[in-house]
Amino acid sequence: MARQVGLDALLASKEMVLVTGSGGVGKTTVAAALALSAAVHQGGKVLVLTVDPARRLADALGVSLLGNVAHRVPDAAFTAAGIEPRGQLWAAMLDTKAGWDELVMRHAPDAKVRNSILSNPLYQNITSRFVHSHDYLAMEQLHELHASGEYDLVVVDTPPSRNALAILDAPSRMIEFFGSRLLKWLTVPYRSRLFTAASKPFYQVADRVLGSGFLRDIADFFVLFQAMEKGFVSRAREVEALLGDPRTTFVVVTTLETAPAYEAEYLARELVRRRHHLGAVIANRVLPAGITRRGVATSARRLAEAAGDDVALKGIVKQFEGAGRDVDREVVADVLTEVATRFHDVAIVASREAERRAELADLAPQVIDVPSLDSDVNDLASLMALVGHLRN
Amino acid sequence: MDLLDRQLLFVTGKGGVGKTSVAAALAQLGARSGRRTLVCEMDAKGALAAAFDTAAFQFEPRRIDTGLFGMSMNTEDALREYLRIFVKLPLVGRIGPLARTFDFVADAAPGVKEILAVGKLAYEVRERHYDLVVVDAEATGHIAAQIGAPRVIGELVKVGMVRDQTKWVSDILEDPTRTGLVIVTTPEEMPVSETIDLIGRLDREAGVAPSTIVANRVLPALFDRRQSDVVDRLDEVEPALVDVAGPGVRGVLAAAHATEARRRVGNRHLERLRDEIPPGLPVVYVPELFTRATGRRVVSLIASHLADELDVV
Repeated sequence: MARQVGLDALLASKEMVLVTGSGGVGKTTVAAALALSAAVHQGGKVLVLTVDPARRLADALGVSLLGNVAHRVPDAAFTAAGIEPRGQLWAAMLDTKAGWDELVMRHAPDAKVRNSILSNPLYQNITSRFVHSHDYLAMEQLHELHASGEYDLVVVDTPPSRNALAILDAPSRMIEFFGSRLLKWLTVPYRSRLFTAASKPFYQVADRVLGSGFLRDIADFFVLFQAMEKGFVSRAREVEALLGDPRTTFVVVTTLETAPAYEAEYLARELVRRRHHLGAVIANRVLPAGITRRGVATSARRLAEAAGDDVALKGIVKQFEGAGRDVDREVVADVLTEVATRFHDVAIVASREAERRAELADLAPQVIDVPSLDSDVNDLASLMALVGHLRN
Repeated sequence: MDLLDRQLLFVTGKGGVGKTSVAAALAQLGARSGRRTLVCEMDAKGALAAAFDTAAFQFEPRRIDTGLFGMSMNTEDALREYLRIFVKLPLVGRIGPLARTFDFVADAAPGVKEILAVGKLAYEVRERHYDLVVVDAEATGHIAAQIGAPRVIGELVKVGMVRDQTKWVSDILEDPTRTGLVIVTTPEEMPVSETIDLIGRLDREAGVAPSTIVANRVLPALFDRRQSDVVDRLDEVEPALVDVAGPGVRGVLAAAHATEARRRVGNRHLERLRDEIPPGLPVVYVPELFTRATGRRVVSLIASHLADELDVV
């Protein structure tokens, strides 16, 4: 399974890339880097849809405050970073509220229903919370952008959610919601409720607990919402089909710490089980591979010994002086002792990481390592450095 | 006042920063200092139980250790209990399908699930079943909605029993001597930014103020300035180092550089954190553990660091 296919081949053969993984692993940055890589090295029109970028990354991509509208990253920004892209990089930020508004405008049967929904006081509150709204909207936007025929490649950064699978389940949940008993119960005309045997106890209790006014407000809203069922459901089916489309690939981003790696493994297994295309696992912020090599631990011990050995120290200090550095011998001894002692701490972490990496390599066609970078990725130049690691 | 002298502690943080381990460690400290302590997981994912190396928690609290109990929040059970206690509904047995349907409604209606959950926690506090309740709460993105639920319900629901009860729940949640909020972060860009952002909107959205920031996985400074200069230049004397320690020394240097680079970037983010949070808000530091252990051992290690920093036992 360890066939190395390479990132370029993956990005060149797909039209939609879903970047998934648990929170805090650098998903947004990796998504931006994947899109940048495709735009720079392969050309065409590439779009990255980000969810919640760090402010400076958003600035670098020119998406601050722009919401759902896609914007082209200007040539000047590339020139300033010393990059000559073959294609164009576009960026947009997922805006759940605007996304819902668009859906309502598209699927409401007439202007009256549309306006009633948009002006309903519960609308905003409900849409921002239920059935994994963000996850569905991210998928919906991917569908919309891909279907627009405007882009050669769309890379989607998925929302941070409590469960990485939520993104895969979002469309079917949306479909289920429209067919659910809940919606039927919610939309029973208020007066006939108390006479329906099945729902009577429910409404008696619910009215007492929540107050009838609140329930009526909710019911009014869902009666309107139900008018959009047909359009919503068929759309959600299209969105669901996109997950298994041969032009779609999933990239799982993770660090090699326990919890994110566990989540990534789970996600990778599930993607394989559902016959979705798993393109790559990206292991982010890994320690340098050299740490776990044979002989390194022995060298660490010998280095500690050298720190207490006059002859060895003299040789090291002499080389410093040869390089034009004036160093204190005591300071060098202290540094070498500390570096050697601390090495074993880092080695423990590195060997754990290596084990987890091996487990992930069994599941994915390729695992791409990205080292901890010396600085934050917040402009095109540093993003390009990340691209260098991804294509390595 | 000491952090653990509060009765209800919400522990939040961006995903991946070690929120669950810190919540578990605070609960362990609470119990070890003689407080009857309940620790509650909100998302039923089992991470909290895993931190204690124990089987998944249920809604009904289970003893983990002396004075320490664990539970997992479940809105269906919370509703059942609520109906039993407050609505005095006799048909508890028949409530199953009803509760499930209600759960659906709660999913759709703003604040209902949250009020059931925080209502249950506040109830444990009000009835003084425990000296301390520690909550492995929602992540930074959702915590304000969780703690602010009584406010949302208060605005949306004009009559009914739930509305009547938002008052005493709010009174507990918004009293800084009874309820505390701990924000966990790591010395990284996004967790620090989310922490600053959360502090900025907490008061407005939930009427609470953070009590303590826990900076987790902080790499300690190992070198003074003169030593740092030498560390940075070790590559220049690599041949001499290979002479005395063998070629494997390159891996040793790589480890030192990787750790130093991470520490420096992290330091900048911690400085930004200290600059932008309200003066007087305590920040406590938990070092990177460099351990091969997981689960209970990690909780114990974090707890001992927190004990030093918080001055308990």
